[in-house]
Amino acid sequence: MTPERADGWHRLHPLSPVVRGGRGTIAIAILLLPIIFSGGRISDAVPQVAIIAVLALGGFVSWLVTRWRIEDDDLRIETGLFRRQSLRFPLAQVQAIDVVRPGLARMFRVAELRLRMAGASGATARLAYVGEREVDPLRDRLLALARGARVHEGIPAGEAELERPPERVLAVVATGPLVASILLERGWLIVILAGLLSGFVVSPKTAAALIGGGGFVWAISIVTVLWRRFNQQYHLTVAEGAEGLHLRGGLVALTAEVIRPGRVQAVRLVEPFLWRPLGWCRLEADLAGRQRRKGEGEAERGQLRTLLPVGKRALAYELIDRLVPDRPRELSPPPRRVRWKSPLRYRVLRWGRSDSVVATVSGRLRRVTCWVPLEKAQSLRHVQGPVQRRLRLASVHVDTAGKGVHATLRDRDAGEAAQALAELTDLARAARRRAAAA
Amino acid sequence: MAVEPEHWRTPSRRLLLLRRWEVAVPAVVLAAMVALVGGGSGWALGLALVPLLAGAILWGVVGRRYASWGYAERDDDLLVRRGVLFARLSVVPYGRMQFIDVAAGPLERAFGLATVHLHTAAAATDARIPGLEREEAARLRDRLAELGEAQAAGL
Repeated sequence: MTPERADGWHRLHPLSPVVRGGRGTIAIAILLLPIIFSGGRISDAVPQVAIIAVLALGGFVSWLVTRWRIEDDDLRIETGLFRRQSLRFPLAQVQAIDVVRPGLARMFRVAELRLRMAGASGATARLAYVGEREVDPLRDRLLALARGARVHEGIPAGEAELERPPERVLAVVATGPLVASILLERGWLIVILAGLLSGFVVSPKTAAALIGGGGFVWAISIVTVLWRRFNQQYHLTVAEGAEGLHLRGGLVALTAEVIRPGRVQAVRLVEPFLWRPLGWCRLEADLAGRQRRKGEGEAERGQLRTLLPVGKRALAYELIDRLVPDRPRELSPPPRRVRWKSPLRYRVLRWGRSDSVVATVSGRLRRVTCWVPLEKAQSLRHVQGPVQRRLRLASVHVDTAGKGVHATLRDRDAGEAAQALAELTDLARAARRRAAAA
Repeated sequence: MAVEPEHWRTPSRRLLLLRRWEVAVPAVVLAAMVALVGGGSGWALGLALVPLLAGAILWGVVGRRYASWGYAERDDDLLVRRGVLFARLSVVPYGRMQFIDVAAGPLERAFGLATVHLHTAAAATDARIPGLEREEAARLRDRLAELGEAQAAGL
């Protein structure tokens, strides 16, 4: 409990420095491990102990000198030992108050309050960290004060709505299916894991040697990739809000994003081979001008935004209808002779169009369905390879901004492809005009 | 795509000349080197025929490749066709062009030629017209830029 004193000053939760240390805390724990387990004398580990002591002292002092209180209509935060800082945040300008819970914070049952302020600076007041039980009452109290402050200063309450805008939750990703789907998507991975496990059972020494050798690095990299995926998509919630679809989720790092339908360049529905018996699919969107999120590396930037990591088709289509209204309902199969050119894809290939959206289905083992709003099409390409020429076939590619989605009308009858190219060119032009006029 | 044949423009004939040079010179040089190293003996002369034969085949290929290039400026988009084995036809709306670059390598410069390359927001767009005479390249660039500006559409 935050000790409340007569003058109204509060301190943060005593565990704050530990949580704020984040990775550093974990590093310290690792530093400590050998000392504890070796059972050796402290004198052997003087440097480590000294470093830990200094860090701990620093953390304690930073906690000691940080305090906050509410003064009239302001939130005041004082911090710093040598360079004393006193920050004042007028509550009347609070736009929203978020509760953020990173991984360590959850472990220690604390949470951070973030007050997003209005104005060009867009500063954020952070109270990191507050005990989990106090967070919600404190947030409500600050919101009430902010509302009161607005009335005080004569700012109309409606100018910026303080309460969360009403939103309707469409989907929440359950943890079980998420884990299953991540593993199932990479069927080979299950084989390797099973192999390793059975290896341990049959001959622990050999398996250990295998892991000890280069296999270890490899295993770590696989686990990292899987973990990142899991971390990003954990408990992902899709809700329908005023501006578009709201996404929230993540395990260690929480993320929130709003997807406006107008920013969607293309949408694709992926059905990996091993998911299909379960009727699962994944929905991804290519967005224009997506802001790089904090902690998002170069690798993630070019990737598609996953809207639904795993879910039933019906649910995915519900989301698709919100992102690309007027999607084509009927998709037509290719001519029979395509069997000879693309035997694996033949059963899957489809394409269809409405006046504003083109849809294509392709894929050998996994099935990928793409939707491209025609106003977003960058260019169209008609390609005919040597085998296709023999079979009187041709493909039409719809190029979109971004790298993730390849909508291709693959292996159509040559006449149909030529006609489709002409039609799509005209429809795309009309769609661009409509978009420009709107 | 409905375009009357007379609306198709082709790269300069000098591009064909350049491409043929690019085939003929290495073939002849290679053949001469083989013949010289062999000291004019019978087998060396026979071996020297190989690069010449390859050159002759490529000469024909280059001709067909050249003939496949074409572009047409329509009201709202630019069409570019190319490729013999893989025949491609790209449709790039003027409004989607982000920038146009005109490049000329040393050989192209020697022949007074330039390549016009159109870029859209999509990486897959490959609209490239090589072997334009310099004035034509400049005219095309200016016209495309003008049309692009007039019809520019946001993402």
